[in-house]
Amino acid sequence: MSNDLVIKDLHIKVQGKPIIKGLNLTVKQGEIHALMGPNGSGKSTLANGLMGHPFYDIDSGEVIFNGVDILELEANERAKLGLFLAFQYPTAIPGVSLANFLRLAVSAVRNQGTNGSDTNDLIPMREFRRELRDKMKQLGVDDSFARRYLNDGFSGGEKKRAEILQLAMLEPKIAILDETDSGLDIDAVRIVGESVSRLIGPELGVLIITHYPRLLDYIQPQFVHILLDGRIVESGGWELTQMLEAEGYDPIREKHGF
Amino acid sequence: MQKGHFSKEFIQKIAATEPQWMRKKRLEAYALYESLPMPHTTEDDVWRRTVDIRTQDYWRRTRRHLRGFALEKYHPSAATNGEALGLSGLQPPSTSEETAGALVQVDGQCQHASLSTALERKGVYFAHLHTALREREELLRSYFMTRAVTLETALKSGNIALHNKFDALHGAFWQGGYLLHVPKGLRVEVPLHVHIKMSEAQQADLSHTLIIAEAGSQVTILEDNLSTDDTTSGFHSGAVEIFAGQNATVTYVQVQHWNRHTWNFASHRAIVDRDAQLCWVTAAFGGRLSKVNQAVVLEGTGCNAKMLGLSFTDARQHLDVSTAQEHVSPHTSSDLLYRTVLKDRSQTAWGGNIYVYPEANHTDAYQKNDNLVLSERAHTDTLPGLEIKAHEVRCTHGATAGKIDAEQVFYLMSRGIPYAQAERLIVDGFFEPVMERIPLESVQEELRKLVTQKLA
Repeated sequence: MSNDLVIKDLHIKVQGKPIIKGLNLTVKQGEIHALMGPNGSGKSTLANGLMGHPFYDIDSGEVIFNGVDILELEANERAKLGLFLAFQYPTAIPGVSLANFLRLAVSAVRNQGTNGSDTNDLIPMREFRRELRDKMKQLGVDDSFARRYLNDGFSGGEKKRAEILQLAMLEPKIAILDETDSGLDIDAVRIVGESVSRLIGPELGVLIITHYPRLLDYIQPQFVHILLDGRIVESGGWELTQMLEAEGYDPIREKHGF
Repeated sequence: MQKGHFSKEFIQKIAATEPQWMRKKRLEAYALYESLPMPHTTEDDVWRRTVDIRTQDYWRRTRRHLRGFALEKYHPSAATNGEALGLSGLQPPSTSEETAGALVQVDGQCQHASLSTALERKGVYFAHLHTALREREELLRSYFMTRAVTLETALKSGNIALHNKFDALHGAFWQGGYLLHVPKGLRVEVPLHVHIKMSEAQQADLSHTLIIAEAGSQVTILEDNLSTDDTTSGFHSGAVEIFAGQNATVTYVQVQHWNRHTWNFASHRAIVDRDAQLCWVTAAFGGRLSKVNQAVVLEGTGCNAKMLGLSFTDARQHLDVSTAQEHVSPHTSSDLLYRTVLKDRSQTAWGGNIYVYPEANHTDAYQKNDNLVLSERAHTDTLPGLEIKAHEVRCTHGATAGKIDAEQVFYLMSRGIPYAQAERLIVDGFFEPVMERIPLESVQEELRKLVTQKLA
């Protein structure tokens, strides 16, 4: 299947230091995977590396998506192929309204084949507004959100909801959620979790990267992987999260000699 | 049109039909002009202090950029009366909206001047400055280079007199510009438009803007300074004088988009009377080298000035602006926000000062300059300053300079937006706090267009 995300023997360095050390993982459209690991195991490095952050050096390996090795592509080209990353710490962009930004993003992603830099390519304002309003309603996001500057002065919960709204608007094939539950209180986790679960369907593959299992109460993964020291050391199903919840990471660390 | 030279003979010629006092004023200015050195010929001259820039490095850079300047290459032209040439009625500035009046000047010659009959009937006066010198001589006599832009810009607080070579040049050779006089209590709701253009090669433009808003009046002026083509070299030595009378509301917008081969020197000074409100927008995109001194004098109790600045430089442009917020009276407030974006090898400098005079208690002054540097080779200097002589004041200032944020770029690109467009969004966003405070949508639109052109 061309819409699968296939990661083969991936090695990523950060400032010369190996962080991801030979990672293999396949996420198919329609599947939900959870990648769990303690702090420092390389979760965010993997997420950012997959999206093409210039700070992360891909050392070796390949990442096949839509039939192409995306490691040579710019972040915007990866997005156009249908890859999405919900950031752990979304960047604020003062002066740029969420609506204005999203219209450009949606137009760029949907206009396959054009470079998206031509303003003539923008999707019609009315069409865009209608769609944005609908999606905001679905996700229970306040109307005023659209006029606010992107992530600027947003609370932790608002930032995460803005990420999920972008996910809903951009309709990717594979979405990576990087610690989407971090920094949120129980209510916010529930709202975000429910929002994401509403977007899940046969068209969307999801890789949930998380430290805590609590988001998984709302989005039940079919596959659970445990990341330790840059490698996936265990793969299984729901029972792995339950084990983690009961015993933490220590037994797994011991088992694999860390 | 007659081409002239910056000589005493030429002053005699242009002043031949002018009142005696003006002729005398010109000659006095000329004497001062002759006594002052060119800024790029001396290391430590008064001009340097005029712009209040204190770093050695900065000065070296500016001198280097001034080196290609030769005044004798530029020619002032003697303004002729537009009506006499049958030019009246020629193309008004093309604006998409309603205008209460319009004036177009090309190379010092008035090509069009109009004012709505309703406003004329109510006593508004709006005309080319030479016409005004005939028709409103007394107004010019009291306001023209007497209190705002003068040959001796004296700061009360520092008790020092400063001379500016280009102010002296302007005083001696001024040609063109306009007078706008709004009578007491009259509220002009629709903006007036002014286009000051340079078209001929080696043209010197010495336009003078004089705005007098009497007590309780209200007016908005949108002024564009532009070249008609991208390649001819020009020289502008200008002055802007604004008088906001008691309780008057004045909005003045100047958009400077000369071409990149134009030298731009100007002094702008506004005097704000009791309880008056001044909103002053300065946008700068053009010029090879530009040096502007802009000052607002908060002269009357309770008055307020808002100063908004927006500039964008590219290629090898060098733009300096030096601002002063002079709080003379108590309970006055001023708020300055200048934002600059730099591309290529361009350079900018902003030096800003808030002066609070001893009597000006309960001053509330704010000053902020932010710079976004898009290229490794661009350079910006920012020097905020405070000089406070009163005891009960609130003054805040700040300055920032930074490169485009790689995290912001990555965030936008991760959503499918290509680099060039991401950069554009970030630049637009950077200017937004200035834009949103500009009270006129048409101006916002024009500025956005000019920003987009710079990014292309």
